[in-house]
Amino acid sequence: MLSNALKRVGMLVAVLAVLCGLWEAFKWFGETTGLRIGAFEVNDRTLPHIYDIVGQLFEPSRRNGPMLIEVLWNAALFTAKEAAVGFALGASIGFVLGVILAHSRLLQRSFLPYIVASQTIPILAIAPMVVVWLGGRGFPDWFSVSVIAAYLTFFPVTINTLRGVTSVDPRALELMRSYAAGSFEILWKLRLPTSLPYLFAAFKIAATASVVGAIIGELPASIQDGLGGAILNFNQYYATSPPSLWATNLIAALLGITFFLIVVVAERIVVRRAPEHVA
Amino acid sequence: MSVVSLSNVKKEFGTGGVVALQGINLDIEEREFISLIGPSGCGKSTLLRIIGDLIQPTTGEVVVNGKSAHQARLDRDYGIVFQDAVLFDWRTVAKNIALPLEMMGWDRRKRAERVKKLVELVELTGFEGHHPWQLSGGMQQRVSIARALSFDPPLLLMDEPFGALDEMTRERLNLELLQIWERSGSTVTFVTHSISEAVFLSTRVVVMSARPGRIVGIVDIDLPQPRTADTREGPRFAELIREVRRLLRRGGGFDVEEPAGEEELIVAEEGLQ
Repeated sequence: MLSNALKRVGMLVAVLAVLCGLWEAFKWFGETTGLRIGAFEVNDRTLPHIYDIVGQLFEPSRRNGPMLIEVLWNAALFTAKEAAVGFALGASIGFVLGVILAHSRLLQRSFLPYIVASQTIPILAIAPMVVVWLGGRGFPDWFSVSVIAAYLTFFPVTINTLRGVTSVDPRALELMRSYAAGSFEILWKLRLPTSLPYLFAAFKIAATASVVGAIIGELPASIQDGLGGAILNFNQYYATSPPSLWATNLIAALLGITFFLIVVVAERIVVRRAPEHVA
Repeated sequence: MSVVSLSNVKKEFGTGGVVALQGINLDIEEREFISLIGPSGCGKSTLLRIIGDLIQPTTGEVVVNGKSAHQARLDRDYGIVFQDAVLFDWRTVAKNIALPLEMMGWDRRKRAERVKKLVELVELTGFEGHHPWQLSGGMQQRVSIARALSFDPPLLLMDEPFGALDEMTRERLNLELLQIWERSGSTVTFVTHSISEAVFLSTRVVVMSARPGRIVGIVDIDLPQPRTADTREGPRFAELIREVRRLLRRGGGFDVEEPAGEEELIVAEEGLQ
């Protein structure tokens, strides 16, 4: 067990080192040969050194201000709150929708196309409307961001819930019917447990989508306190300090990975299946 | 009064489609062990499901314990065992066995007592906390039998329960099943592909023919009870096997040991509903 864990950590470090190495090698190659791809030229502005990006985290974010990492940490916490609420909202709605659709072919046929269509509308088009709809209705400002995140979250959950609760072994259904089980009992004792691996697969997608949704949602909602706000801000100062934006992206990625890992851990705890069935 | 009484049962899949069963008349008495045997596509699994109210007959009447099959199902008169154990992976052995009891509203303490007895009955003591995937095929099937017996159903319906097991496990479970049957006092309807299994276990063997599925004949198995491993050695056992085989041949199908294609038909039918 221990040596296995060590191996995995070792792999992680090795892959990370290789990626950083490739980055720096490409940078070195581009700079020494004067490589140009269209208008793209490799230099410290387009592709900062990794140590500059990481180092920037420990520089003051502005004159006499707190360190960048402190600013980004607070921004990440703020965005995490929006994303978590969005995830909870989206996953719940997605799940309920999936269960309802699973119980009626007619509903499935009538509503599924629109649910799919909902995901083809760019989130940037939806976001301002959500902000207008929810604005000044007693919700906190960040709640509209959560709703935007939920919009991205519910879809994979709906699709996989639908798939999961209908993928029940027909023999198991016969068994439940032979016990004169009602449809609620069948849902609770058979369909739901059967769908758990499907659900968690969706939760993994939804978890990262909720972070992306929250970051994007902050832009039209004009919320300054999150990572979206930070990205917008450092975008404006890119000319003078490229590593700040790169560092912000790094933190955003780490937040997404954290959300993903939380789902993975929850799955380990909740889903009891034959080892070969665990996704 | 018969436990099961079938009169003129006919089953057609799809309108004007395949006739799976025709003119089925059969009475099953209390404490009988009835085997249904026949070639692939003779409708024996379908017949079992009609008795259990999992499939509706196209025409004909099914009376179980003096009431409709539907009412019998609502009264939980059936314990069902399939070819696959159909255990729930997310439940332990003990919780799989307790599943029907949970649905019947037994309290935790009563469930635990009952499960303990059943685990002893099917000789799985020590495995209560295991998950299904940690058990061998034979052990899984024993869990499935314990689950079916957990609420003492008057009627046990078994659809090729040992079909997926190796010969040695099968013979051992045959003996165990007979002991369980003697102790539990239930009536068993058993679908099988194996002539020797049918003869060894049953009080009567119902031989069926394919397309349309009909009853060709019924063989009374007058081997002495209780049956033991030696039962298979006697001359009467061989005679009865010959008798069943003769009827099967008369029914026109002699692909008895082959796996059924009939299951697929049932699943297809369920998809249509």
